[in-house]
Amino acid sequence: MAEITIQNLVKTYPGQTERATDDVSLHVDDGEFMVLLGPSGCGKTTLLRMVAGLELPDAGSVHIGGRDVTYLPPNKRNLSMVFQSYAVFPHRRVRHNIGFGLAMAKVPKAEIEKKVAWAADLLQLGPYLDRYPAQLSGGQRQRVAVARAIVMDADVLLMDEPLSNLDALLRLGFRAELKRIVEQIGTTTLYVTHDQVEALSLGDRIAVMRTGQVAQLGRPIEVYDHPSDTFVGGFIGSPPMNFLDAMAHGGVDGGVDGGTITVGDAKLPAPGGLPDGPVRLGIRAEAISVVDAHTEGAVPAMVDVVEPLGAATLLTVRVGEQEVKVQVPPDVNVRNGQTVHLSLTPRAMRLYDAETGLGLDLR
Amino acid sequence: MTSAETSAETSARPAAVPRPQPAVDTAPLRALRRRRALLQVACWVVTAFMVVPVYLIALAAFSSRSALNEFPLRFLPTSFSTETMSTFLSSTGVLAGLINSIMVGLLTLVVSFLIGVPAGYAIARFAFRGHDQYQLFLLFTRALPIVVLSVPLAQLFLSTGVYDTPLAVTLLHSALALPTTILLTSAVFLAVPVDAEEAARIFGCTPVGAFTRVVLPLALPGIAAASIFTFVMSWNEVLGATILTLNQRTLPAQVLSSLSDSPLAFRFAGGFFLIIPAIVFIAVMRRYLLNMWGTTIR
Repeated sequence: MAEITIQNLVKTYPGQTERATDDVSLHVDDGEFMVLLGPSGCGKTTLLRMVAGLELPDAGSVHIGGRDVTYLPPNKRNLSMVFQSYAVFPHRRVRHNIGFGLAMAKVPKAEIEKKVAWAADLLQLGPYLDRYPAQLSGGQRQRVAVARAIVMDADVLLMDEPLSNLDALLRLGFRAELKRIVEQIGTTTLYVTHDQVEALSLGDRIAVMRTGQVAQLGRPIEVYDHPSDTFVGGFIGSPPMNFLDAMAHGGVDGGVDGGTITVGDAKLPAPGGLPDGPVRLGIRAEAISVVDAHTEGAVPAMVDVVEPLGAATLLTVRVGEQEVKVQVPPDVNVRNGQTVHLSLTPRAMRLYDAETGLGLDLR
Repeated sequence: MTSAETSAETSARPAAVPRPQPAVDTAPLRALRRRRALLQVACWVVTAFMVVPVYLIALAAFSSRSALNEFPLRFLPTSFSTETMSTFLSSTGVLAGLINSIMVGLLTLVVSFLIGVPAGYAIARFAFRGHDQYQLFLLFTRALPIVVLSVPLAQLFLSTGVYDTPLAVTLLHSALALPTTILLTSAVFLAVPVDAEEAARIFGCTPVGAFTRVVLPLALPGIAAASIFTFVMSWNEVLGATILTLNQRTLPAQVLSSLSDSPLAFRFAGGFFLIIPAIVFIAVMRRYLLNMWGTTIR
């Protein structure tokens, strides 16, 4: 177990002009579960592979447990990894797949037996130890891959989208199981995913990446509630955060609570100290509620689509020309084409610069 | 044989077209059955095309000399005799040629795989300058006629004292086999998932260790297939072997040089005998072609 320190890591793949990772620095504490989250091509996998030693950086450094491993080969880094494609060895039985790393490390046979039995028990692979991977289902193969990784007593556990090849139901079950196992063994973990639900549910902290850089780093709830810019807000959450064009009137003299925001025709109270001018108003679908027309500050909107989701109903409404997603309780009765009035929870409103999309820090 | 063929055709034809039910158009179904039947017939024809000559040669090789001169020839083994074969086997040069051929074939395998497998791996895994050109260049070796290659080689071998040895033929055959070996094995290595290799590296293997413990076992079926090509190519190659040797002939070269002045029976015996090793080798290697762990590579 060890901490990971990534400093100013730069990598450009041969034949490419854009940097896959652009001067990334990241610190993962000992025993922490860090999730790298981002859309495809954001450099998260590249970053993981450089920590693994499967790619070598052009500049910068990687330290694991205080040891400089930047240019060490993978087998000298004392880490283990779970691959997206499982990467179990088809020519070896499950037992030997799980014990592969230990056998390579010349661990005594009896010790290997013991650890394999422990991991197999933890992942419910006991009955399958003498099978070949081809005789297992996809979910079982991924269990083998996880078992192979956790028997290693490695400093760092790396996971590259380990759940993305599983079907939806299996993914949900295995996600919880993975969290339990990783908490139990307490290894420092770096986990790559493009699935924001996975990131929110698993991570101690999330590093949201975009175009080779870390856009925001923080605990899941921070990242969810206070996206640092419109990209992060639009990426995390299902549905993603709504963004509305609005006008701010801050009260230039620095009034504490005197600001207002105009969305369409509605005036909403806002924190003071805002510069006058256009802003982007970010708000989550569940922070908007449908109210009756007389409520103060209610924004009129036209219902476009009604999607009952069981636990809630998702409305797509139009405020002027802008589309907004609203999550309401399933008993709210609305129809297509109906005009409703929306109330925006002031505490849940986030304001972003209209041009750069960066958060206006007014917490 | 003609009777066998017609019976095959009749049995392949649909037995009876089911009576069309009212309001159901069975024409597409009939067309489907007709196509399947035609496919069956095609398979039989192709199989016959391959098997009949082998059968005829085997028949002639194991018939007595008198039976061979009968007219019309019989298609069923009526007069079985090993007389012709034993004459062929005991004739001078055949045994030595057989030993030479096997030696050259196996040595060619060793030499071409020692060079070709690493080269194939490099092409499959690494992006290097001139990667594509190298692949194209490999094929140029095969563009040169064997005669053009062999004559200068003969001169070189004469001056270095390698001439008229199995080694000389081995070197030529290795050169001829290398392009196919490299291109075939590179295709095989491409099919081995990079992830498995990387996993081996992560879990403590050196690059060489990852290759021998994970990549090679997974590539073995494909490599076995490539070895069939190489061995059979070496076994069948006659022209270069004839030019590069005088006394240490490989079997085909030996048979070829004595063919013109031998009786008909002897030729059939030689022909049959030349087919056997290739078939045996393919039969042995065949099990490596089938997937070994109940899975195709993935």
